[in-house]
Amino acid sequence: MNFLPLWRYQNQLIDGAIVTLELTVISAVCGLLIGIAGAVALKGRITQLRWLVRFYIELFRNTPSLIQIFIVFFVLPTFGLKLPAFEAACVALSLYFGAYSVEIIRAGLDSIPRSQVEAGACLGLSGWQVFRHIILPPALRNAYPAVTSQFVLLLLGTSLASQVAADELFHVAGFIESRTYRSFEVYAVICAVYFAMAMSFKALFAIIGAVAFRWPRRR
Amino acid sequence: MRSFSLIDFVSLFTALRWTVALVVLARAFGAPLALGLALGRISRFAGLRWAMAACIQVIQSVPLLGLLFFFYFGMPVFLGIQVPAIIAVTVAYTLYTAAFLGEIWRGGLEAVKQAQWEAGACLGLSAWQQFRHIIAPQALRLSLPPTVGFLVQLIKGTSLASILGFVELARAGQVVSAATFQPLLTYALVAAIYFALCLPLTLWSRSLEARLDGSR
Repeated sequence: MNFLPLWRYQNQLIDGAIVTLELTVISAVCGLLIGIAGAVALKGRITQLRWLVRFYIELFRNTPSLIQIFIVFFVLPTFGLKLPAFEAACVALSLYFGAYSVEIIRAGLDSIPRSQVEAGACLGLSGWQVFRHIILPPALRNAYPAVTSQFVLLLLGTSLASQVAADELFHVAGFIESRTYRSFEVYAVICAVYFAMAMSFKALFAIIGAVAFRWPRRR
Repeated sequence: MRSFSLIDFVSLFTALRWTVALVVLARAFGAPLALGLALGRISRFAGLRWAMAACIQVIQSVPLLGLLFFFYFGMPVFLGIQVPAIIAVTVAYTLYTAAFLGEIWRGGLEAVKQAQWEAGACLGLSAWQQFRHIIAPQALRLSLPPTVGFLVQLIKGTSLASILGFVELARAGQVVSAATFQPLLTYALVAAIYFALCLPLTLWSRSLEARLDGSR
């Protein structure tokens, strides 16, 4: 075991980690937007739209993320939509994350008892005020743990983008491996970097959660 | 170049057996380990609780792809001998399964009230008997839906073995796609097969959950 040959590739590792973070954040933001839109559609009155969202959720949650990335990267070009690797991975991961977010956000909204909405209406609050002051804060608090753990899973899942040669961390690992022939050492280091990133995000989310959702819990 | 024919169809379905084999191996070895982790997490000894929590935390904070490569290249380094790829891959999937199932089952065990253990102790049951006859049946019922849900994650996760060269469903898809130049048809078919495997489990998990809700 010899980790020394890897030392000179630290710049590539840092660049790879940055691309991984970009991929994660872009996909998370797009995915959450899809999630919000999907949850609104699921709550809406249009039956066809509800069925469409349900179909989307089941389709993306019951097929491997790897195959989804392959389909976006290899199949969309046959329809004339040729995306570079990074963009293709972003699209596939956003859709994947979105499918999970819809369910998380819907569950968060559903966790607010109807009686609270009615109580708000009785106090003379407008529809928007009820949403803003009565539904949203506890719904966010209830959805927060699920969203953050899904975010960490997304961070780890971006490693699949290496399979279409997006320059993220895992792809950098393959590059360094081909230069140094130190396979085990490279992947041990890569795992450590992912571990450090995942733990940092978990700590950050725990702090944000403790500060943002400080108000007393029920019971 | 050739066109997509029955042979390609058959090759995708025969590759399915590796997907199934990996899932079965991961579950067979991962489940006992997960039970150990879950019991360790609720143990009286703080040291054991911490150690188990750390193990789970580490495995859950590393990509599955990273675990696979780590053990694929690491087994010869640890053991000093070459091991077949299937063993390295099985070790990685086993640990992955153990970490996630362990947390799920811990949640189930903790959801059973402490008073139930005490009631068992009052009846003169040993710690094992309390666990076996009082806690485990209730915890099992509570954690069955997420356990089935995790099986879906595991089936999807086996697609990563393709990257190490295992000719399971995803890899067979790549091979057929490269041979026939029909990525649309091939990947749509591969996705459909995964979907057909996973959707019934998802629906089953959901119906179990709904039944649990109603009984409370």
